[in-house]
Amino acid sequence: MSKVLETSELKKGASVDRRGALRLLGLGAVAATAGALAPMRASATPESAGLLMDKLSGSKSYKSGKVTLKTPAIAENGATVPVSVSVDSPMTDGNYVKSIHLAADQNPRPEVASFHFTPASGKAKVSTRLRLSKSQNIIAVAVMNDGSVYKASKLVKVTIGGCGG
Amino acid sequence: MAKKPRVKVPSSAKKGDVIEIKTLIPHKMETGQRKGKDGKPIPRFIINKVEVTFNGKSVVTADLHPAIAANPYFSFHARVTESGTFNFTWTDDKGGKVTTSKKINVS
Amino acid sequence: MKYRILASCAALLGLAVATMGSALAQDTEADRRAKDPRNKNYIVGEKKSGYVFMTALTRDMQDDDFANPAFTVVDVGQEQWNKVNGKAGKSCASCHNDIASMKGVANKYPQYDSSQDRMISLQHLINRHLEKDMGAKPWKWESTQMLGMVALIKSQSRGMPVNVRLDGPAKKFFEKGREFYNQRRGQMDMSCAHCHDNNYGNMARSNVLSQGQMNGFPTYRFKWQGVGSLHRRFIGCNKNIRATPYKRGSEEYTNLELYMQWRSSGLKWESPSVRN
Repeated sequence: MSKVLETSELKKGASVDRRGALRLLGLGAVAATAGALAPMRASATPESAGLLMDKLSGSKSYKSGKVTLKTPAIAENGATVPVSVSVDSPMTDGNYVKSIHLAADQNPRPEVASFHFTPASGKAKVSTRLRLSKSQNIIAVAVMNDGSVYKASKLVKVTIGGCGG
Repeated sequence: MAKKPRVKVPSSAKKGDVIEIKTLIPHKMETGQRKGKDGKPIPRFIINKVEVTFNGKSVVTADLHPAIAANPYFSFHARVTESGTFNFTWTDDKGGKVTTSKKINVS
Repeated sequence: MKYRILASCAALLGLAVATMGSALAQDTEADRRAKDPRNKNYIVGEKKSGYVFMTALTRDMQDDDFANPAFTVVDVGQEQWNKVNGKAGKSCASCHNDIASMKGVANKYPQYDSSQDRMISLQHLINRHLEKDMGAKPWKWESTQMLGMVALIKSQSRGMPVNVRLDGPAKKFFEKGREFYNQRRGQMDMSCAHCHDNNYGNMARSNVLSQGQMNGFPTYRFKWQGVGSLHRRFIGCNKNIRATPYKRGSEEYTNLELYMQWRSSGLKWESPSVRN
């Protein structure tokens, strides 16, 4: 990567007061994050997300397995994070996934979405895009027709970019 | 301008196939967290429900919250055993609805 | 001297400046993203589309026209194309017939307008059609109708190499655009070249810096949660280095667009693309 900078064509602009620029950069960093997403003080917690799931699933005991949660390890941008959840189930009249609930444990609010299926869904797999205000766990809970409940969670890192605009 | 949803359903399938359905609807999904230029919070306004039926019977229903990104995109599945019509309904916080439908030929 | 200034500006932004001759021992984020086999269609010589600097999931979103959220405004553009608008009782289709006739038009703008002795972008031309030929109201640069129409028209050139005419009267405006690109500005006293020529592939906080190519605009930016124009991006970039931005459609930005279109030439049009 050896790009020649056309130095001869560079004109010196207004002189920069470095200390002033540094101070303003500090303010600028705050202003930059108060942009379209305005990540406010996040108020969900792992506890509140857990309580939400208990309420939605009607259960306090979760099994592991069956639920595959696909999320990026690092989000390109917290405003649009592609995720998909699939639950291993034959989706027959006697054995199907009733609901999949999604929660985020450090967003302003923990609830994300709930998907309700019927055997006619054929496959309990759903993909969508989330908004995450900061790095946090995405939790997926699957409720089966027999009342059994399965849980999975994944950590998604959300960073603040330098290239706003 | 009315929101025009995009829906992708295969035009044909074999009986018993499980097909993938994709939906995308333009919508800001205003979270209620943002502040306007006057410093006052912009009220929440989102699509909070998506319903998919086939020949009148429910296939999938989704309850949405502001954590769903703008221009909500979903893909789900349906097992088809006969020809018919998928109906899609998006409902917003004010009760406003947008609907569309797609036919499929199942042999 | 120049290098010290660059390094201190880099420190301000948290950039990691790659020094000449230093072989990075481990993969950078940009290296990891570069490994996608799809990228080879988005690289021409040393020129790299913004596509290759995104994550794989973002590329997935662009590759699927259905899943690409930018197409919601293209749909709006298509409706406008067929809609009768204005006192003359015409739609775009009345004169231009099928939208496919717009193939190649992306390379025709910016073009020189002798009546104003300046370069005009596609947006300027669309408004001239609206006002003078159709007797309709002009559209704002960043309105959904204008974004939709520009995205619709430019998407007809998808896959074609970017190109633009620089001969005749356009030449002096091209030079102004090139000067703008290389001019230091703002409190950070940086030019476009500092990030996009000298530091692409390096990080600005957690963003991988791209080459700032323009072949994907109008683009759906996650940051904007919507589609935006090239001039909107210029405004953002200028604000980032704490320089007073110019207006959309200004001569300064139209000249810069001309220079940048020459700079992107050879890369394929991707409008409307998906970016961070």
